Amino acid sequence: MPGKTLELKRVSATSTASPGIREAATVSKLIDTSTCIGCKACEVACQEWNDLPAETTVQMGTYQTMPETAWNFWNLIKFHEYESGTGLHWLMRKDQCMHCADPGCLKACPAPGAIVQYNNGLVDFQQENCIGCGYCIAGCPFDIPRFNQSTKKVYKCTLCVDRVSVGLEPACIKACPTSCLQFGTKDQMLQLADKRVKQLRASGYTQAAVYDPPGVGGTGVVTVLSFGDQPELYGLPRDPTIPLAVQIWKSPLKWLGNLAIIGGIIGTFVHYLRFGPKVVNGNGKGAKQRGE
Amino acid sequence: MAETRILPGGRILRYTLVERLVHWIAGFSYVYLLLNGLALWTPWMWWMAALLGGGPVARATHPWVGLIFAASVIWMYRMWASDMRITEEDRRWNRALGHYVRHEDEAVPAVGRFNAGQKYLFWLMFWSGIVLLLTGMVLWFTEYIPWSLRYLRYVSIIVHPVAFLLTLGGFIIHVYMGTAVVQGGFSSVIRGEVTENWARTHHRLWLARITGNAPTKK
Repeated sequence: MPGKTLELKRVSATSTASPGIREAATVSKLIDTSTCIGCKACEVACQEWNDLPAETTVQMGTYQTMPETAWNFWNLIKFHEYESGTGLHWLMRKDQCMHCADPGCLKACPAPGAIVQYNNGLVDFQQENCIGCGYCIAGCPFDIPRFNQSTKKVYKCTLCVDRVSVGLEPACIKACPTSCLQFGTKDQMLQLADKRVKQLRASGYTQAAVYDPPGVGGTGVVTVLSFGDQPELYGLPRDPTIPLAVQIWKSPLKWLGNLAIIGGIIGTFVHYLRFGPKVVNGNGKGAKQRGE
Repeated sequence: MAETRILPGGRILRYTLVERLVHWIAGFSYVYLLLNGLALWTPWMWWMAALLGGGPVARATHPWVGLIFAASVIWMYRMWASDMRITEEDRRWNRALGHYVRHEDEAVPAVGRFNAGQKYLFWLMFWSGIVLLLTGMVLWFTEYIPWSLRYLRYVSIIVHPVAFLLTLGGFIIHVYMGTAVVQGGFSSVIRGEVTENWARTHHRLWLARITGNAPTKK
């Protein structure tokens, strides 16, 4: 985002240091799935603030607006039914970019500056630098980046970087009527989350837990789950990490490959210095190929 | 066949016009894909994307040029697969590879139309080309791959660059041999012709076959 250069912590496809020199506390959303009533106010607020068009939805037979997030729909309440020993549970989780501390999309991106991470932890796509290769789609362990066929760019939740930059909370947080969505520093959100988990455990949800997966360095979206031992019930991966293929590709394979390329070029050059060309047998005329 | 290979003035037709044409379609498309791919391979090479019209253009053209390359590789297979079969002679040539590399050619067995090194290059390029085509398709249409098949993306993200690196190794050696080491090799794939001496030096059994003479000892 122009004007935020001093806040850049990481820049995709950049082998030199990032230009950020400002310090900032890491921020986070808190999503308390146990107090979400599925009203979709956050979905509407997201579409409105980001000025995204209203989408035609499909009837899925549940309370969910549409099957998946889309390039123009970044915030979707995913609805799951779960029957436990104590009865039927409606599990609603806000699906969106998790703003990983160690973002797989950014690591996979080959276009300099197309994905950035700010010093407050927000991960943002810079569409003007995006080349539309889709590697971020492969790098994301949460299936978040969405490709637009007409612009050939990817899109996702920005964590309302424009609002957060000027001290406002994200649009979805602003709209939430039950305060199941909150926003603040990550430390504050983790404290709130821990408090809520204790309440849930005291009221019978003994498996309640905070979802802040360490495999991606923690996320900028902290989620309280009543059934914290089974994140899959909410459509969350149990232990997300940057895909191993992306890690191998971007580190050992790249260095081995670069060494092999440089070695090959130097090797042929040295061979020529040492052995030179092959000589054609014959009376000397043969060595001259074009001499007509 | 035997007659048509021998040209007036004692020169010999090594590659027909179609063979040369296909070779250069493969050559130019490969070089384009190489420059284009290196830009995405490492930020150090990003300037190559600028050279080719910018990142989005490089991304948009890469798969289409890739199709041209794949088509030329398959066409080469149709033209040359029978000439490229690995034989017992090739295995003997292979054992003498050290002599060949040091230009001690009297210790290297005589070869037919292609030596074992050329054959291995051909098969390396053919199989890598097929692998690059398949994994490239996955990367081209990555957004259509359902989440349940995401391992296809992970496989492609590793295999595509590995196959590329293998072809690049072959390519470096091929260009070096064809331009610097084997003099007359480059013009043979431009104008298609070589001298009899050249053929006797590098492909003695092939010369014997097309002239109808038994191979002579030097």
